Amino acid sequence: MSSVRVAEPADASDLPLNAPDVSVLALFLVFAEISLSSFGGAIAWARIVLVERRGWLGERQFAELLGLCQSVPGPSLVNMAIYLGTRHHGVVGAIAAASGFLVPPLVVLLPLGILYQQGAQLEIVQAALRGVAAAAAGMLLATGLKMAHAYRREPLALVVAALALVGVGVLRWPLLAVLVLLAPVSIYLAWRRLR
Amino acid sequence: MNGTVLVQLVLMLAPLSLVAIGGVNSVLPEIHRQVVDSYGWLTDGEFAALFAVAQAAPGPNIALLVTLIGWKLAGAPGIVVALLAISVPSGVLAYGMTRAWHRFRAARWRRPVQAGLAPIAVGFVLASASLLIRAADTSLVAYAVSGITAILMLRTRLHPLLLLGGAAALAVAGWL
Repeated sequence: MSSVRVAEPADASDLPLNAPDVSVLALFLVFAEISLSSFGGAIAWARIVLVERRGWLGERQFAELLGLCQSVPGPSLVNMAIYLGTRHHGVVGAIAAASGFLVPPLVVLLPLGILYQQGAQLEIVQAALRGVAAAAAGMLLATGLKMAHAYRREPLALVVAALALVGVGVLRWPLLAVLVLLAPVSIYLAWRRLR
Repeated sequence: MNGTVLVQLVLMLAPLSLVAIGGVNSVLPEIHRQVVDSYGWLTDGEFAALFAVAQAAPGPNIALLVTLIGWKLAGAPGIVVALLAISVPSGVLAYGMTRAWHRFRAARWRRPVQAGLAPIAVGFVLASASLLIRAADTSLVAYAVSGITAILMLRTRLHPLLLLGGAAALAVAGWL
């Protein structure tokens, strides 16, 4: 099967990739970096690594790709790994990026599991996790605010984001329901703006 | 006997991989129901302990949880089978989505769809943050840790692992 390389210059309708010369190894390593850093949630780390550190995606490209990856089944970040992997190196790239995300954490996970099975007390770990959870929540808040900042000149997009926040965060509706309700409106607004 | 367990693992996890839209966290209750109630593989306490171990490690929590379940039930083959069963079905779909998305790159509908989904993703990230803040922050100190972390992330270029480590140390010291 041929790979889907991004050889042509990214046109306006594409989800462009800023780094066209990414190697298979780099795909593995970058998603391993995201995965191994992500104590308490991976989305914040994906943005830090892909947007701030590597510049593989712009701020809006990250939001667009996350939106796409949340709308299909499976963990959003595995989907993102597969998207970027496929676009750079086809099936091989997809496998490299997804394994980079899924396999390296086992190096930490399995020793922890063995320690636990041997009767180690996890109380200190549990306490540390409480701290990590509080900090990670703040990190995710900062991530959302930075993403929203990229849409500061588009009040209608911010209204859509606020409705999604209220639907899931306040009313506690299922994500899929909010997506199904909001997507047609938001896509219509985007269509009018881009026309 | 191990072979039967492996097949059952695949039959349980592969469909879950495909229904989990918007993140696999939505399938946690279903995994619990099957592993504890239907198959009786683990007790409630064992499940909670494995979930705690999965959360303590960096990486995707649910994938790590099912990996631990596979390991506990069937050793090394269980690890491989569980990881593949939870990731390959949705992975193949994501691959197809990527190919299709690229194929229709010139289609007039594609750009608005992509641009329209982005603000919803922004809202979902903020919603997850608000849910995490409410779940994690059971004291004023915890709220302060979340707030200070957010401000430092927005205003400084401090390494985020320092922030997470500092918060963990505070908690171990009993401040939180």
